[in-house]
Amino acid sequence: MDFAFSEEQEMLRRSAREFLAKECSPKVVRRLMESADAYDAGLWKKLADLGWTSLGIPEQYGGVGTFLDLIVVLEEAGRTLLPGPFFSTMGLAVPVIIEAGTEAQKKEALSAIASGSARATLAFTEPSGRWDASGVGLSAKQKAGGWQLDGVKLFVPDAEAADYTVVVARSRGEGEEGVTLFLVKGRPKGMTVKPLETLDMTRRWSEVRFDAVQLNADAVMGGPDKGWPALKRALEWATAALCAEMVGGVQKVLETSTEYAKTRQQFGKPIGIYQAVSHKLADMLVLSESGRSATYYAAWAVEADAPDRSLASSMAKAYVSDAYRKVAGDGIQVHGGIGFTWEHDMHLYFKRAKSSEVTLGDATYHRELVAQALDL
Amino acid sequence: MDFELSSAEKAFRDEVRAWLKTNAPRDDGDLETSEFIDNRRAWQKKLHEAGYVGITWPKEYGGRGGNLMEQLIFNDEMIQAHAPEPINVIGLGMGGPVVMAHGTEEQKKRYLPPLLSGDEIWCQGFSEPNAGSDLSGLQTRAEDRGDHYVVNGQKVWTTLAHVAKWCMLIARERKESNPREGLTYLVVDMESPGVEVRPLVQITGDAEFNEIFFKDVKVPKSQILGEAGEGWAVAMTTLLHERGTLGLALATRAQITASELAEHARKLGRGSDPLVRQKIAQHTIEARALQLNGYRAVTAVKRNGIPGPEGSILKLMWSELNQRMTETAMDIAGPASQVGAGAGWKHQFLRSRANTIEAGTSEVLRNILAERVLGLPRSR
Repeated sequence: MDFAFSEEQEMLRRSAREFLAKECSPKVVRRLMESADAYDAGLWKKLADLGWTSLGIPEQYGGVGTFLDLIVVLEEAGRTLLPGPFFSTMGLAVPVIIEAGTEAQKKEALSAIASGSARATLAFTEPSGRWDASGVGLSAKQKAGGWQLDGVKLFVPDAEAADYTVVVARSRGEGEEGVTLFLVKGRPKGMTVKPLETLDMTRRWSEVRFDAVQLNADAVMGGPDKGWPALKRALEWATAALCAEMVGGVQKVLETSTEYAKTRQQFGKPIGIYQAVSHKLADMLVLSESGRSATYYAAWAVEADAPDRSLASSMAKAYVSDAYRKVAGDGIQVHGGIGFTWEHDMHLYFKRAKSSEVTLGDATYHRELVAQALDL
Repeated sequence: MDFELSSAEKAFRDEVRAWLKTNAPRDDGDLETSEFIDNRRAWQKKLHEAGYVGITWPKEYGGRGGNLMEQLIFNDEMIQAHAPEPINVIGLGMGGPVVMAHGTEEQKKRYLPPLLSGDEIWCQGFSEPNAGSDLSGLQTRAEDRGDHYVVNGQKVWTTLAHVAKWCMLIARERKESNPREGLTYLVVDMESPGVEVRPLVQITGDAEFNEIFFKDVKVPKSQILGEAGEGWAVAMTTLLHERGTLGLALATRAQITASELAEHARKLGRGSDPLVRQKIAQHTIEARALQLNGYRAVTAVKRNGIPGPEGSILKLMWSELNQRMTETAMDIAGPASQVGAGAGWKHQFLRSRANTIEAGTSEVLRNILAERVLGLPRSR
């Protein structure tokens, strides 16, 4: 057993941290979050040049590195709140394309993503906000040798910047039966993307509407009606990836708050000397370390295809969802009034914590999955 | 990163599993009887003869000369098999490691083999009536009389003192302006004249621990551990092992408690209650996170040799989680939870109140995390 990253992965972490400190400073984050789509083509090119857009993609499609390498980079991205479609592309869409895509789809889309020329997202949730198969209602009907999509996807992350949209649709039946996945390129006629005003401005959500959208038969990923098992596996990859991003944010909030408690003076002493403050920070440390352990294990279990990969990713998401929200809230508290200002970055983490919490299922949802795994 | 066992590790696990299946006795309840002590002592002897005590300790001192991974696998198998602990828990968890870290060659040869075989049981004389969390305020004195010390004072909450041969004692040799200086760490023979042990009954009704009174007890200087007057450093090594090494065993224990809790809910037909499902799932997740933290700590120990202050995280998490789990178990059973004798949830519910006090209170552990891991200013 070896529960640590390799020396190469630690080097990757250091270089990612240096790069992001320079290229994704709080100033850049704020500029992007106030822009139309939080997407910066120049920054994307730099990420691609570093090879980040090829991490975890199989070699034959232009990829290099492993999923665990991607985890390292995502953690650093979460630490700086990197805006834009990096998570939606690498964490959400790529796993589905790998798990469910046809050879032709992989060749085209994965190669385009790996080279840095395309971005992607996953359109799963609908107005119900559910992340289980029963939440999938968008209609897919076979028509004239192709397919027609009708319906609405909501809360789709970074849809505006996406060149490929993985759409989860209902072709028949209910629940896990009759789910069909489509890889939609660009914006076919009838597909509209409407940005939503979201709590977390660093990660944009959109409504994506499909009005009689006509797709060729080759847009289907895998086979019709049988999309769920592959999608479920992809969601396990995605969950571990999101947790890595969240853990990076938790760590950053902990560090910022600890530094503040060392320097901010009240009653003639640094506030970190008072146990009401220091014990709060100690609890934040416990949450941070435990969330990190659960996340790293989930990432390993998913990559190694361990028998408990599904359970491990649910455990990580349940734990980290609660942990990030609590730590970010306590981070504001430790900072006092300044932490409540727009000027201070703490609210950006608080908001990211909340948006990540409900993405891919919240803690309550994943605890129920754990309860099922326990045969309760 | 890799969680697969190697083929050698798998073989070791299978060997241990098979051995425990044939040899492990059923755990028997009443810890106050002398029969209980005898059984546990015999069990340790048997384990030792099979090479399963002191797995990471050097062969020359009676250990197995194995690695940390084997120890970990063994701990897991013991708990999975519901096998009782060996008698000498304090000695194995703290006494031995501290002798290995600070003892002379002669001391290692003298103390370690009978500690491993269970022939000599160890206890820990740290806390006093007026020195709990603030250990440096201890008042037990060790007076220098040339070739020996004379010890006077009182220790409290001492597990196994009534059957122990040796006591790890921290005592004040001289007064210094810094109370952490001038302390001396002694290994005291509990059979010496002037040592008196009185049992303390706790809220469960059991008497797991004792008070020890020392009246003019002679301790030869050959029984100093580390340097005279430098006992604080030795005591800190002891506590790091207490919270680190034992913490890891506790992490596995938490997993077992969580699975017993799920079984408890199923048996009582409460498994379909959404609130019960959420609670038990949360406990299970926390138990798993705790265990994974333990694995990360093991990786760190492999690199650095000794457990770091992060070990405090394990103890802190386990103690509070264990309290929550026993509370949930009581809630699920309703009024029936309060009726009946012997072991079981009622006993665990009461016993768990000590978890956040013994081996460092939760408050002290949070101070350690704040000061030693996060680098916040000292509050005292």
